Amino acid sequence: MSALLGAATGLDTARVAAEAASTSPGDPWLNIAIFGAFVAITMVIVFRASRNNKTAADYYAAGRSFTGGQNGSAIAGDYLSAASFLGIVGAIAITGYDGFLYSIGFLVAWLVALLLVAELLRNTGRYTMADVLSFRLKQRPVRIAAAITTLVVCFFYLLAQMAGAGGLVSLLLGITDTLGQSLVITVVGGLMILYVLIGGMKGTTWVQIIKAVLLIAGAGVMTVWVLALNGFNFSTLLENAVEVTGNPAILDPGLKYGVSDISKIDFVSLGLALVLGTAALPHVLMRFYTVPTAKEARKSVVWAIWLIGIFYVFTLVLGYGAAALVGPETIAAAPGGANSAAPLLAFALGGPFLLGLISAIAFATILAVVAGLTITAAASFAHDIYASVIKKGKPAAGAEVKVARRTVIVIGVVAILGGIGANGQNVAFLVALAFAVAASANLPTIIYSLFWKRFTTKGALWSMYGGLISAIVLIIFSPVVSGSETSMLKTAEINFAIFPLSNPGIVSIPLAFLLGWIVTILDKTKEDPKKQSEMEVRSLTGVGAEKATQH
Amino acid sequence: MGNDALSAETTQPDVDFTAVQASPRFQELRGRHRRFVFPVLAACLVWYLAYVLLAVYAHDFMSTRVFGSVNLAMVLGLAQVVTTFAVTMWYVSYANRRLDPIAAEIRDEIESGAEFDTQAVAR
Repeated sequence: MSALLGAATGLDTARVAAEAASTSPGDPWLNIAIFGAFVAITMVIVFRASRNNKTAADYYAAGRSFTGGQNGSAIAGDYLSAASFLGIVGAIAITGYDGFLYSIGFLVAWLVALLLVAELLRNTGRYTMADVLSFRLKQRPVRIAAAITTLVVCFFYLLAQMAGAGGLVSLLLGITDTLGQSLVITVVGGLMILYVLIGGMKGTTWVQIIKAVLLIAGAGVMTVWVLALNGFNFSTLLENAVEVTGNPAILDPGLKYGVSDISKIDFVSLGLALVLGTAALPHVLMRFYTVPTAKEARKSVVWAIWLIGIFYVFTLVLGYGAAALVGPETIAAAPGGANSAAPLLAFALGGPFLLGLISAIAFATILAVVAGLTITAAASFAHDIYASVIKKGKPAAGAEVKVARRTVIVIGVVAILGGIGANGQNVAFLVALAFAVAASANLPTIIYSLFWKRFTTKGALWSMYGGLISAIVLIIFSPVVSGSETSMLKTAEINFAIFPLSNPGIVSIPLAFLLGWIVTILDKTKEDPKKQSEMEVRSLTGVGAEKATQH
Repeated sequence: MGNDALSAETTQPDVDFTAVQASPRFQELRGRHRRFVFPVLAACLVWYLAYVLLAVYAHDFMSTRVFGSVNLAMVLGLAQVVTTFAVTMWYVSYANRRLDPIAAEIRDEIESGAEFDTQAVAR
C-alpha cells in the first residue's frame, strides 16, 4: 500500500476506493436505480419504434430506414462490448501498454470493413451474411455452412458476454452468492429477450444507439476529469501512474506479451484475428442492411470509425488513470479483478453517483451487445435454415418472422443457462475465439466471392468448414482449455494442450484462405458466369438493391 | 442448380448483366474501385503488422522516450489511430468523386428500363 502514498493527486480517493473495494464500492441500490431508469427509457422507445414490425425487412433490417449516422452509432454500440470497455481499461491499468494493443487492432480492423465489405455487402444481400456468400454459388450447401459459422460465432460471443455479466454483478451490486448472481443474469437475459422480441432490429438498434452515446459520453467525461487532475498533461498522468505502481515498465510494451517467445507469437496471432475478424462478424455485417443505400452503409462505417477510434483513445487515458488513482493492487484485489478498474476509477473520481452511472452503462453494454447477437443468430436460423433450406425459399406468409421470434426465445434461454453455467469459469478466451473463427471461417469466402471470378462452391465449403474446424480444434488443444490452474478445466492434472498458442488465428486464417484457393483451382466444375456478372455489377452499382420499406 | 430466388429475388430478368459487366463504363468503375482499395488496404495492414511486430519484438526501440514520459510506442499507437482516420476520409472523398457518379449513372440507366449503352465510355 505504501506505493499509493506517492500519488500526488489521488491520495484520498485511492484510500477511499481501497477501503470500499474490500466489499463493494458505492451503493448497490443507486446502481440498480440508474440501470432501471435506462431500462425504462429504452423500453418506451422500443415500444414506440416497434409499431411497424410486420415484414421480414422490418424485423431483421429495421425497414432499412436508419441514417448513416444512426447506424454508425449503433455499430459502435454493438461493437464496444463490456470486454472492450471494462477489459481494456483493466488491462492497461494492470499490464500497462500491452492493453492498448487490443484497442489498435479493434480499430484498424474497420478499414477492412470500410474498403472491402460494407458497401458491396449492402448491395448484394438482404438480411444475412449467407445471402451474400450464396449469391452466385450453390444455395443450399453454402447457406448451411454460412449459417453454422454465424451461429457458432454468435454463440461464443454471447456466452462470453453473459459470463461477464455474472462477474459484473458481484462487483457492482454486491451480490456474491451464486443464486443471487444467477437471478440477475436471468433478469438481464429476460430483458434482452423482451427488447428483441418486441423491438426486432429497430428496438435493438435504438438500445445500441442510446448505449453508445452514454458509454462514449461517460468515458469522455472521465477522460477529461482524469486529465484535469493531471493539469491536462498526459505525460504528468503517466508519471503519476509510474509512481503509484512503482513500475516504470507499464509505459512500455512487453509486460504481458513479452514474457516468452510463445507469448509473442501468441499476440501476433491475436492481432491477426482482431484485424481480420471484425469485418466478418455476422452481427456487425447485419447492421449494414439497416440503411437504405450503399452510400449510407459507407457513412455508417465512417461514423463508427470516428466513434470507436475516439473511444479507444479514451481507454488509454482511463487505463493509466485507473493505475494512478486507484492502483493495480487495489484493482486486482477487488471482486471482478481487472474488470473493476473502470468502475473503481469512476468511484475515485465522482463517488457513488458516477460509479452508479458507469455501472448502469456497463449493464446496458452487455444488454445491447447480447441483443444484437441474438437477433443476428435468430435471423440466420429463420432466414437461412428455415426459409431457404427447409422451406426451399418458399415459406408461408409471415412464417419466417414467426420462426425468428421463437428462435429469439430459444437463444435467450440458452444464453441465460449458458451465462449461469459459465459464471465464474475462465471463458474470457471466447471473445478472441469468436474473432478468430470469423476471420478464418467467414472472411476468405466473403472476399473470394466478391472479388474472384473463378471461386467455386467447393472452394467456399472447404474454406468455411476448414477455417471453423481448425480454429476450434486448435483451441481445444491449447493452453486455455487444459494444462494449468488458470485454464478452463482449472487443473494442471489434465493436460492435452499440445498446441502452444492460445490464439489459433495465425494458423487457421492462412489455412482457410489457402483451402479456398487450392480447392477452387483443383475444382473442375464452373459456377454460373451470369450469376458472377450479376453479382459484380450489383455489388458495385447497387442495381436492384433492396430499398427502404415505406410505411 | 440451386441458385434460384432468395438473395437475388429483386433481379430484373431483362437485364443482360454480362453485357453490362463487359461495358467500358463498368470496367472503368471496377478498375477505379480495385486500384484504390487493394493497395491502400494492403499498405494499412502492413503498417499495422509492422506496429504489432515492433511492439512485440522491439521493446527497447518502442520504449524510447519522445517527450516527458511519452514513449515511441504511444506515439506510434496514436499514429495508427490518425492514419485510420485519414484513410477513412481519403476513401470517402475518393468514392464521392470517382466512384459514386459512374455507379449512379450505370444504375439509373439500367433501372430506367432503357437500353443500356454498352459502348459509351466513362467521363
